[in-house]
Amino acid sequence: MSIDMSQFHQVFFEECFEGLEAMESGLLSLDIGDIDSEVINTIFRAAHSIKGGSGTFGFTVVAEYTHIMETLLDEMRDGRRQVTKPAVDVLLGSVDCLREMLTSIQNEEEVNMASAAKHQAALEMELHGTAGGSHAPAPAHHEAAAPTPVAVAAPEPEEEEDEIEEEQGWKISFCPYLSLLRTGNDPVRLFREISELGELTSHATIEDVVPFAELDPEECNITWELKLVTDATEAAIKEIFSWVEDDCAIEFAPLAKPKKAKKPKAAAAPAPAPVAEAPKVEEHAPVAAPAPAAKKPPVEADASKNAAPKASSSIRVDTDKIDTLINMVGEVVITQSMLGLVGENFTMDKVGLLKRGLAQLERHTRDLQQSVMNIRMLPISFVFSRFPRLVHDISTKLDKKITLKLVGENTEVDKAVVELINDPLVHLIRNSLDHGIEMPADRIAAGKPEMGTIELKAYHRGGHIVIEIVDDGRGLDKNKLLSKAIEKGLVEETAILSEKQIFELIFMPGFSTAEQLTDISGRGVGMDVVRRNIQSLGGNIDIISELGKGTTIAIHLPLTLAILDGQSVAVGDETYIVPLVSIIESINITEKMLNKVAGKGETFKLRNEYLPIIRMREIFNVKSGAATKPNEGVIVVVEGQGALCGFLVDELLGQQQVVIKSLEANYRRVEGVSGATILGDGSVALILDVPGLVRLSVR
Amino acid sequence: MTTDAKTKQIEQFLTFELANEVYGVEILKVQEIRGWEAVRVIPNAPSFIKGVLNLRGSVIPIVDLRERFSLEQAEYTHKTVVIVLCIKHHRTDTFVMGIVADAVSDVLDIKTGEIKKAPNFGSQLDTRYMRGMHVYKQNMIMLLDVDKLLNPDEVDAMDDTVSSNFDELQ
Repeated sequence: MSIDMSQFHQVFFEECFEGLEAMESGLLSLDIGDIDSEVINTIFRAAHSIKGGSGTFGFTVVAEYTHIMETLLDEMRDGRRQVTKPAVDVLLGSVDCLREMLTSIQNEEEVNMASAAKHQAALEMELHGTAGGSHAPAPAHHEAAAPTPVAVAAPEPEEEEDEIEEEQGWKISFCPYLSLLRTGNDPVRLFREISELGELTSHATIEDVVPFAELDPEECNITWELKLVTDATEAAIKEIFSWVEDDCAIEFAPLAKPKKAKKPKAAAAPAPAPVAEAPKVEEHAPVAAPAPAAKKPPVEADASKNAAPKASSSIRVDTDKIDTLINMVGEVVITQSMLGLVGENFTMDKVGLLKRGLAQLERHTRDLQQSVMNIRMLPISFVFSRFPRLVHDISTKLDKKITLKLVGENTEVDKAVVELINDPLVHLIRNSLDHGIEMPADRIAAGKPEMGTIELKAYHRGGHIVIEIVDDGRGLDKNKLLSKAIEKGLVEETAILSEKQIFELIFMPGFSTAEQLTDISGRGVGMDVVRRNIQSLGGNIDIISELGKGTTIAIHLPLTLAILDGQSVAVGDETYIVPLVSIIESINITEKMLNKVAGKGETFKLRNEYLPIIRMREIFNVKSGAATKPNEGVIVVVEGQGALCGFLVDELLGQQQVVIKSLEANYRRVEGVSGATILGDGSVALILDVPGLVRLSVR
Repeated sequence: MTTDAKTKQIEQFLTFELANEVYGVEILKVQEIRGWEAVRVIPNAPSFIKGVLNLRGSVIPIVDLRERFSLEQAEYTHKTVVIVLCIKHHRTDTFVMGIVADAVSDVLDIKTGEIKKAPNFGSQLDTRYMRGMHVYKQNMIMLLDVDKLLNPDEVDAMDDTVSSNFDELQ
């Protein structure tokens, strides 16, 4: 029976990564000193299913590696081993290593054995260092609880050789229960497996075999005495038997040294016995393969329940959302058939009915669109869940005491945002850790609690999602920032900047106030990249900081990147879409409201404020249609980057929801344009990048 | 594959007319051929980018090869066609772009060995975008390497007008 295993690889990898995440979050939540055994169990189960899965798929490197982790975890689970911080750190390191290995395998690359070996050594160090070099306790009972197919696929790692003791072999008494064969296990295969470990001789006891007439071929009446001359450990042998532990009585005894030479010969004669049994056994051979597979799912399910699903190319959707969607489609179908009925024998007196039907269709389409968009929405915890680890690692490295608080992890954002916001957030949090929070001693001196706090918040506001990173660290020093900027020639010495403008300086390329470069941050590359990334998502970033009290960095992002409410405006023959969220108002202006600054820059006065005018015709070089005077066109007052500005357009056309299409997919980024959309008549309209245009105008 | 077999391998080219000259593109690059329709102008794009078009939901740029090759301009008529091409970029990326041609003429089978290298015109003419030349019925056909010709990087390099308007504003 051959199944193409590769078709399951994707699922396997996804489950592995989920398992790794579960392990990671479990390890991080372990409170040294007060261990929650349920957490250890969760970690253990995750490790176990990764081991099982990788064995099944023949990724023995992973299986062997996980086995060592599992042994360590098993001891912790049983309370035979103290959970110590170094141990947790080693385990965290191995999680990373495993992730690396799995990624390489997934990409069909060579696994980096050097790094794996390093972690493995650290693990074994941990395992044997504290266990006093004694035998790793056999993973017997957990194997029994969850039989794992890895036993066959993965020979014991050689690394365990250092456990070898004096014995040169094992005497194994193997008494299968009657039901052994029914579970699809085949003693012959087990023996073949064992014989790979060393020289195997067997003696079959056939006293219990019933007369032929009464023989049930599905029952196993034979017991075996096995003698194995090997340098393998008990654990390694038990591993082989781990499949059948529930179905047999098995005893191990080390072979006494002097007997070693004689025994094999003595036992040689009865050897054919198991071979004679072979036909009987082989009848059931096909059952062998599915059996372990069938046993596996409960374990896997257990692990995935505890894991935060990973954002990958596939997406997991709440069934509720799908149900809503199906309902919605039902409604649309009903409306459609109703309209079809109206249209079939249409007479003018049915116009009212038709109109009502169309209105219904419109409503349903909008609802449908919304529910489809909802499917793309993922909780921000997909991103946030990675940060406890990051904070843990870096704070350990920096010897700082920091707690991370997550608020609003269930806030939903578009999948694309989830994917793209990660890197900027990592950067900002690293900054807070490195520059924001002070050393414990400094904190105490400043009268603050020793433990620094970083808060990561997400919430909805208007059509935006806001992500805030709040730390209670030392805050930004305005004067230092300013003098640094002057020193670097980024700002004129005489320039007078507002507080906000000073904070904005840190987004300038090449700007860093850190006195010392660390490998965590401080090179002054990055903040400008962070801002660029966020702007490319259509968002913006603000800083509020108070010296000595802390810093808050707020990122505003659009809720979704795929659809927006837009106002279409006409400039000459061209149609542009202005995102509705950025429009404050639209007004007709009179000559009186117009001003020219130094005969060039046009401004207009709106309620005691002077706003610059951007003539869309000029900035976009539109040639069609006659040039409009400001007082003939319409001024669309927009807000972007915290500044107001007026776009001069010829005409307002209408409001509509537009689906955003990327220009970059087939072309490239165009300045002042954030994307394109397709209008009702099939033509393309460009969507204006309001912050980009405002930025250009205020520069 | 031996060199011999390679030169005998037959490639198909779609030929089209542009200012009374015949050009050819590998037919495997051609996604579809459609009539000219109005495009949406992209602000401040180089002049040979006529604009963007809605191709069943994706927005594709349209390049006018007459302008690209600095040929005289022609009115777009009902005979004007847009050849939609799939451009490979950096091996993995693909871009869909349209080129405007006066008319499509034929599909030719050309043996790889019969494609002649384009002569060197020195600095007068850039032959990097040429696959080569082929003579068919006493007509010379210029075979274009569209991957190079319409490569977005090339478009950028050609584009000296980018943000010139913005510069003024700044």
